[in-house]
Amino acid sequence: MVIDMDTMKATLTPAREAAPRNTPIHPIWLRITHWLNAIAALVMMFSGWRIYDASPVFHQIVIPPSITLGGWLGGALQWHFAAMWLLVFNGIVYLALNIASGRFVAKFFPVSPRAVLRDLIAALSGKLSHTDLRQYNAVQKLAYLVVIVDLIVLVLSGLAIWKSVQFPLLRELMGGYDNARIVHFCAMAVMAAFVVVHVAMVALVPRSLLTMLRGR
Amino acid sequence: MKPNDKPIMKLDRAAILADARRELDMPSRRLFGKRLLTLGGLSLLTGCSITDDKSVNAFLTAVSRLNDRAQAFLFDPHQLAPTYTEAQLTRPFPFNAFYGIDDVPEVNGSDYRLKVSGLVTGQRVWTLPELYALPHAEQITRHICVEGWSAIGRWGGTPFSEFLRRVGADTSAKYVGFRCADDYYESIDMPTALHPQTLLTFEYDGQRLPAKYGYPMKLRMPTKLGYKNPKHIVEMFVTNTYPGGYWVDQGYNWFGGS
Repeated sequence: MVIDMDTMKATLTPAREAAPRNTPIHPIWLRITHWLNAIAALVMMFSGWRIYDASPVFHQIVIPPSITLGGWLGGALQWHFAAMWLLVFNGIVYLALNIASGRFVAKFFPVSPRAVLRDLIAALSGKLSHTDLRQYNAVQKLAYLVVIVDLIVLVLSGLAIWKSVQFPLLRELMGGYDNARIVHFCAMAVMAAFVVVHVAMVALVPRSLLTMLRGR
Repeated sequence: MKPNDKPIMKLDRAAILADARRELDMPSRRLFGKRLLTLGGLSLLTGCSITDDKSVNAFLTAVSRLNDRAQAFLFDPHQLAPTYTEAQLTRPFPFNAFYGIDDVPEVNGSDYRLKVSGLVTGQRVWTLPELYALPHAEQITRHICVEGWSAIGRWGGTPFSEFLRRVGADTSAKYVGFRCADDYYESIDMPTALHPQTLLTFEYDGQRLPAKYGYPMKLRMPTKLGYKNPKHIVEMFVTNTYPGGYWVDQGYNWFGGS
């Protein structure tokens, strides 16, 4: 019996190694939805900054118009309300495929506060391994989960602002029209912070950009 | 054992070949990737010109028209905008127009006439005393500006749906258009015109509507953004021909619903 197991292992190992080589680290649907989401979310953010400037929620915070999209309020609104369709429908496809394929649970869970702390310390002291891009570290898991929830909050608070009369439940959930704008802005700030860290991490581990482009 | 060994050997050879091919392809692929990234970076740098591009503008305008239809679909004619108490009024209520407060038009009430035209059986002009004699309604609602700010005001006047029926408007028509004393013009969809909170407004906070808020009358719609609410109205018409609007023709969304 023991000998049988060993021979099986020996013969199976090469085949097993060959399998992950052929299956991409990121499946094609994930790469497509990732980049569509990146385009939509960035267009939403840059045009949203121009809309925000028309009447800043926080008077001391004004976004330099040169880094905004749309040219003027009307143009920014057109970009914002065009990109929203891509953000929402692409987001639905991503969540549906992610959950249905079991990838969501497999990739993001379990994630414990202790593991996050351990990996954060390891990352800050430069000891976090990035050899296996198939496996998300705990900080990564948390960051991706946070930005998924954050994008959902952005869409819901945005809907409450856009259609405050038609969606009374959503409006009250956000604490009224004016408060929905505060929620929307703060969720944008969380997303902006994620983008900065995310891009910085990609710059530190350039191989991760290649895997998101070609899958391997 | 033998038949099992063969496919494994084959797999290994294939993998090695694939690896070799990939390595051979790498320099050109890398270059391609680099160029693609540079191209993306360049297009980002010229962000302003993206907005000026004709085809991009045409696309964005088409999406805005699609959004008109989406909003008309979302619009529930029975869904009421929230109302507020006197204590929640925004004081002072902000003045807002496409000109400064010094350029607010001065309309003479005694020779003022409201013209009602288009697809109505009662095409005629109305004097202010005739309009003031119509059934009265009040509302304290939130005015939401396209810029994002909002303010709560108290408005008095006559329900617009009743007025439309009184003038024999064809309520199966698509639009109601407005022309204003300050050369502003605007148009709305019929379902919003018939909404119970759409108010032909003659009063602000229990007083005659002051010039800065649109004397002698404005159309108050708590279901629409501020720019959709015309002030200083001198003519209204029912039509099936899309009339546009002052801001709408410059790129604001036509439906402008909230």
